[in-house]
Amino acid sequence: MVEQLSGGEILIRALQDEGVEYVFGYPGGAVLHIYDALFKQNRIQHVLVRHEQAATHMADGYARSTGQPGVVLVTSGPGATNAITGIATACMDSIPMVVISGQVMSHLIGTDSFQETDMVGISRPIVKHSFLIKSATDIAITVKKAFYIARTGRPGPVVIDIPKDITSPTDLYPYQYPDQIVMRSYTPASTGPPEQIRLAVNLLMGSERPVIYTGGGVIQGNGSAQLIQMTRLLGFPITSTLMGLGAYPGTDEQFLGMLGMHGTFEANNAMHHCDLVLAIGARFDDRVTNTVSKFCPYAKIIHIDIDPAAISKNVVVDIPIIGAVDLVLTEMIRLLEPEVTRRSDEQKQLLVEWWEQINGWRNQDCLRVIRQEDSKIIKPQEAVQAVYKISGGTAYVTSDVGQHQMFAALYHPFDEPRKWINSGGLGTMGFGLPAAMGVQMAHPDARVICITGEGSIQMNIQELSTCSQYGLGIKIINLNNQALGMVKQWQDMQYEGRYSHSYMDSLPDFVGLAESYGHAGFKITSLDELEPVLEEALSMDNRLVFVDILVDPMEHVYPMLVAPNGSMRDMWLRKGVRT
Amino acid sequence: MRRIISLLMENEAGALARVVGLFAQRNYNIETLTVAPTEDETLSRLTLTTSASDTQVEQITKQLNKLIEVITLVDLTDGEHIERELMLIKLQANGAQRAEMKRTTDIFRAQIIDVTQTTYLVQLTGSSEKLDAFLRAIPRDSVIEMARSGVSGLARNGTK
Repeated sequence: MVEQLSGGEILIRALQDEGVEYVFGYPGGAVLHIYDALFKQNRIQHVLVRHEQAATHMADGYARSTGQPGVVLVTSGPGATNAITGIATACMDSIPMVVISGQVMSHLIGTDSFQETDMVGISRPIVKHSFLIKSATDIAITVKKAFYIARTGRPGPVVIDIPKDITSPTDLYPYQYPDQIVMRSYTPASTGPPEQIRLAVNLLMGSERPVIYTGGGVIQGNGSAQLIQMTRLLGFPITSTLMGLGAYPGTDEQFLGMLGMHGTFEANNAMHHCDLVLAIGARFDDRVTNTVSKFCPYAKIIHIDIDPAAISKNVVVDIPIIGAVDLVLTEMIRLLEPEVTRRSDEQKQLLVEWWEQINGWRNQDCLRVIRQEDSKIIKPQEAVQAVYKISGGTAYVTSDVGQHQMFAALYHPFDEPRKWINSGGLGTMGFGLPAAMGVQMAHPDARVICITGEGSIQMNIQELSTCSQYGLGIKIINLNNQALGMVKQWQDMQYEGRYSHSYMDSLPDFVGLAESYGHAGFKITSLDELEPVLEEALSMDNRLVFVDILVDPMEHVYPMLVAPNGSMRDMWLRKGVRT
Repeated sequence: MRRIISLLMENEAGALARVVGLFAQRNYNIETLTVAPTEDETLSRLTLTTSASDTQVEQITKQLNKLIEVITLVDLTDGEHIERELMLIKLQANGAQRAEMKRTTDIFRAQIIDVTQTTYLVQLTGSSEKLDAFLRAIPRDSVIEMARSGVSGLARNGTK
């Protein structure tokens, strides 16, 4: 016999049948029936946040670190609007997420009733897709569709808006969860076109100064193993966007470091001077290309992406390959293997010369930390280096947005995918702590470090309370320069040092604050304390530790692309020193 | 250049809003837009005209195709096609002007579908160009009000 369930129960059962472990949410009037159904089961753990924005970032951190969609449950009106920033964050970085929002009762929609907002309308530009459920009999199929859409193709957030009456406990409906779903209007790409792949292989083998440029798509598409295999087979230099770090080992000799606005001297020069770019799961973002008309002036471009709309959006490419990254790269490797063994001595020599040129740029040592010998002041880069050294580089690292994010990306190499978790596209301050919480939920035994700044951490600091409730032993590294460092850097460079509202006055005593939530706290003010205190802090397993590190407030992030009108080889290398 | 984009989409609440929202969100322009269900009630046909460069049109069509509810999309201007637009226009038709208005209407093979002592209500179908030509042919101050349907079109071949 088919089970008879209420709408609220159907929703929770459908989430269970979809394999959902955690729901990050906050109750309210429109979702009370759903919360009652949650209460009566124990297969899904609900995580009670302190603000709905944090719920979306937790789900996001969970998704980025596992590859599985994160799930959010919020009420109508302010609950839904508070979730918007996190949905936009996930959308910009193509993160699978399902957001369930309560809605006022069907007959009240459109009457400006209490806690009513048009969630489907408000979220439309920042979702992959959205649904407004009209009948309880549509709940199961809609959940199935939402997860399918969120995780396939180019992943993204999906919103399901459910009016309260649809989840009423008094009306029962037969429940059956669909095994599979076919949508006539949605067929994501899988294997790439063989003839395009062949053309790409020919171009790769004929190139003299190639560069592989990878993005977050390699991580989202689980193509890391194939990327490593192909890159080593070819022996080509490889660089990555902020979103792609970890897809190729950051400590490997062939890796040139990150490219783009704060990319390394060698990566940006290699891009500018190369004759072939193999772009994989990257989208030629304006933070990478600098002036588009001056981007890679000598290069032909091959672009592998699962999203046809990413092809030739910002930069026109020569060989587009639309397909899933793992499948396309597997096919490429198959075709490349015999070609590579046939490589002529002349070709090998050209590659050696290209590496010599790149190593010349590398010898600039663009990430060298410049400090005054007698000073005890901690450079933010040194703090990141110390974290890397003490943690062994194997932790999950989340970040917020600003200078500390760039220092983390540049001074903490990542050797594995899904270990570096940050808001690249939207640049959302307040992301780091809740994202770290989602990661810690997904990986209870792993070490999770949140590298943040005193500006960003205060945007979701209320979640220290949630961390107490669920016993999350995250290590928060606060690079405290008492200023909005990146804003201040731009004001130094472009506004003659007029620090318009870029200082953080009236900072709390972070150690005392952490302790008031039951956590541990340390404050580090001089260089000789840095390593010993970090050592102690990172060794405190299962406890949240807030490490407040006072760093040089005048430090800038370099290299930095010269803008406007610069190319990728035009960089500031130090204060007042440019190429 | 001017393009006519014709797409079939799920006949569902919100699908139209997604198409229109996309144009606003990505800073594309819509000149005309028509939408109605087809012979299959679960599908709507949406036809829109836009002016954009070739690269912009490529992006517009890709972004539209990415919408989950869009099933097929063709740029009719890529091949031979028929386009039609309907215009209803209420014109001053007084004294000597009345006969002249009637002559112009006949020349354009338009129909007068409502008459008062001082006005004609004229219906004209054809390409947008023809409708524009009619508007140029009549005195501007004779127009009381008008409504245009926007362009509908189909490809000129025997298949779907």
